[in-house]
Amino acid sequence: MQSLTLGPIIYHWKPEERRDFYARIADEAPVGTVYLGEVICSKRTPYFEGDYPEIIERLERGGKQVVLSSLSEVVLKREREMLAAICETEGHEIEINNTAGLLDVAERPHRVGPLMNIYNEETMRYLAGKGATHFSLPVELPAAVVGEMAKAAKGLGVGIEVQVFGRASLAVSARCYHARAHCRTKDNCQFVCEEDPDGMPLKTVTGQSFLTINGIQTLSHSYVNLAAEISQMQTMGVTQFRLLPQRVDMVAVARVYADRVSGAIDAAESDARLATLAMPAPFSNGFWNGQQGRRQFGPKVA
Amino acid sequence: MQETTTPPSAARPGLSRFLPPMPLFLLQPILRRIVARVARENPSLFNRLGPHKTARFVIDPLGLPFGLLLVPNPEALTFRAFHRSAEPASDARIGGKFLDLLGLLDGGADGDALFFSRDLDVSGNTEAVVCLRNALDDVDGSIAESVAGMFGPPGRATLAGLRRMAARKGDPA
Amino acid sequence: MKRPELVCPAGTPAALRTAVEAGADAVYCGFQNATNARNFPGLNFTPEEMQASVAHAHDHGTKVLLAVNTFPTAGRFNLWREAVDMGAKFGVDAFIVADIGVADYVKRTYPNIRLHLSVQAAASSPEAIRYYAREFGVKRVVLPRILTVPEIKKLAGEIPCEIETFIFGNHGLMVEGRCSLTNYVTGLSTNMDGVCSPAADVHYDKQADGSVTTRLGEFTIDSFAPDEQAGYPTICKGRYNAPNRPDAYYAFEEPISLNLSALLPALIEAGVDAFKIEGRQRSRAYVKSAVSAFRKAVDSILAGQEPELADLIALTEGQKQTEGAFKTKKWR
Repeated sequence: MQSLTLGPIIYHWKPEERRDFYARIADEAPVGTVYLGEVICSKRTPYFEGDYPEIIERLERGGKQVVLSSLSEVVLKREREMLAAICETEGHEIEINNTAGLLDVAERPHRVGPLMNIYNEETMRYLAGKGATHFSLPVELPAAVVGEMAKAAKGLGVGIEVQVFGRASLAVSARCYHARAHCRTKDNCQFVCEEDPDGMPLKTVTGQSFLTINGIQTLSHSYVNLAAEISQMQTMGVTQFRLLPQRVDMVAVARVYADRVSGAIDAAESDARLATLAMPAPFSNGFWNGQQGRRQFGPKVA
Repeated sequence: MQETTTPPSAARPGLSRFLPPMPLFLLQPILRRIVARVARENPSLFNRLGPHKTARFVIDPLGLPFGLLLVPNPEALTFRAFHRSAEPASDARIGGKFLDLLGLLDGGADGDALFFSRDLDVSGNTEAVVCLRNALDDVDGSIAESVAGMFGPPGRATLAGLRRMAARKGDPA
Repeated sequence: MKRPELVCPAGTPAALRTAVEAGADAVYCGFQNATNARNFPGLNFTPEEMQASVAHAHDHGTKVLLAVNTFPTAGRFNLWREAVDMGAKFGVDAFIVADIGVADYVKRTYPNIRLHLSVQAAASSPEAIRYYAREFGVKRVVLPRILTVPEIKKLAGEIPCEIETFIFGNHGLMVEGRCSLTNYVTGLSTNMDGVCSPAADVHYDKQADGSVTTRLGEFTIDSFAPDEQAGYPTICKGRYNAPNRPDAYYAFEEPISLNLSALLPALIEAGVDAFKIEGRQRSRAYVKSAVSAFRKAVDSILAGQEPELADLIALTEGQKQTEGAFKTKKWR
């Protein structure tokens, strides 16, 4: 299923878990493209970047295109060097998630990731003129805006990608909130985020499930699920649909979405099949509907 | 709507020196004059209020024996006092010490600072309150000054007295 | 010693006149719509007010910087174009922008008007800043509040444009321009609509024991005991529970304001060209106190005297202040 993609792992999974995960994705998941790389925290990469050549080889053997994702936050020397190194990569497409990458990449072809702020056709046109070939849109864009972007993208000959599954990234910060929760600083975090492979839940003082912490990133508690909306997106001209890895059976998730993308099943059936997968959080599609992101609209309104 | 924490009866001693107990029916025409004057001199205030022109604001000056109802609608301006036993329905409610409320009106106090220090209580339609605050803050000079001026030297003397009280630390009002 | 520009907030024409009178070198302000990041009810300028205010500021030798610093969504770009066009017509001294499309429009249409990069663009590295300078001729970057003073000093030598830093006011925790927390809860977006914790969704519920619960939309953001200092009901200043934090804690930051008055000499020495006071949503009284205090402090430093640091704590959120990331890396 060429138009289905798997976004980067945003949590701090153990190296062996990553290897196993990608091996299974390579063999079983019906996705065309896999984004690989650390997007959230530069401190994590030494743990697993040595495994990348093998993972890439495995994914490509499984027929997947591998795109290298880069950091969303680039402040420190280490982070600047990591980004520059990715931007110099030959042989693989790269996805840029911080403006610094636009300088490093010069005008060579590149993808623009969802943590960049691409909200309108003028910005897209400007970047397409400088070598951007593909845009993953911010998660908060409503359907009407995505439609306009897809129309403009068609004219420019660039791809448009929308996240259809997984938690919504709501904010990033210079401060690590995982470390803070454990009364540590970012420099002395002792990688406590490893304890929460699906993020650390934050509840309100009245007990409502609210947000999810992933190091410097704050995510929604709910999982975005736009399986029902995929046919609408196809009509608009959205070219790729992104699944964000969560701690659920991602191969099974990919199969449901692949069947939606191919038109083999309708929205009711994708909902029914996803419901059997024991999701640890409720679904939401509020952003797509131009409403509160946390809300779920549709036939099965929560 | 919150419970009011105001003492039920008379004004506290410090304040009553300046504002002797007064039957509300005597107060109403004065309030009407005040609001008409402010409205006449600051027409742009209503543009800033936008959709909140028709909101009903209850102002609860702790330490006064009555509350105030404000509807800043230029078509039907309302500013009247009510007995605490007969509080009218409202969209938003602002409670605070009389002198803090006066400071807000005066451009001399910062609403956020009063709120941070818990000297201001807001309930109901918060947007309407924020909008009213922003609209009043754009009025140049001091509304209180201009109102006091309406009553000539006695009015200005009263305001000066109130301000002295506001400046005194630990004043019960 | 380089004389840093004091850049002051103006949420209304009256606040603008107050800032001018209190000694602002420049004021920043925006129109009454989604084109700026303080699109709050009752705030900001009509076109007529903007025109008159620019004239007033210029008469007193004060510059006007127009904030057009949100992200237009596809199909709405015209509103941002109009804001820029009006600003140019009224003679503003610079545009503060965040969106690449808007920056490109200003550069192409008004090449002679200065372009400042908003903090909303979150340019936090020499490469990101050099990108905006190279592509759009950005003359000044407003730095995110995440760098230490030594880091700012190093950065100053690596970029071809001026540096503006915040010195006082609200202490944003999230990377600016990358925060959708408000939209998740209220359906209004900081980036697209210019709002953060919109008042219409803010509710204060006073409990029988005198404590106050603050809610944003459906979610409880915090609960304050009767005598406890309060904060804005912004999500990043709320108290929550985590699995290892059974007692509610400030998961992001406590209600606190930035106050760098003691660091001003170090910031000047580091090469900062402009000091920004946050607070377009605050009152004239706030503008008057903050601008006067920092005017005096900056002038004293330039005259080689010890600055008298006025007590601004009453204006701060939670009545607490911090030097945040500027002081130490441990803040992160």
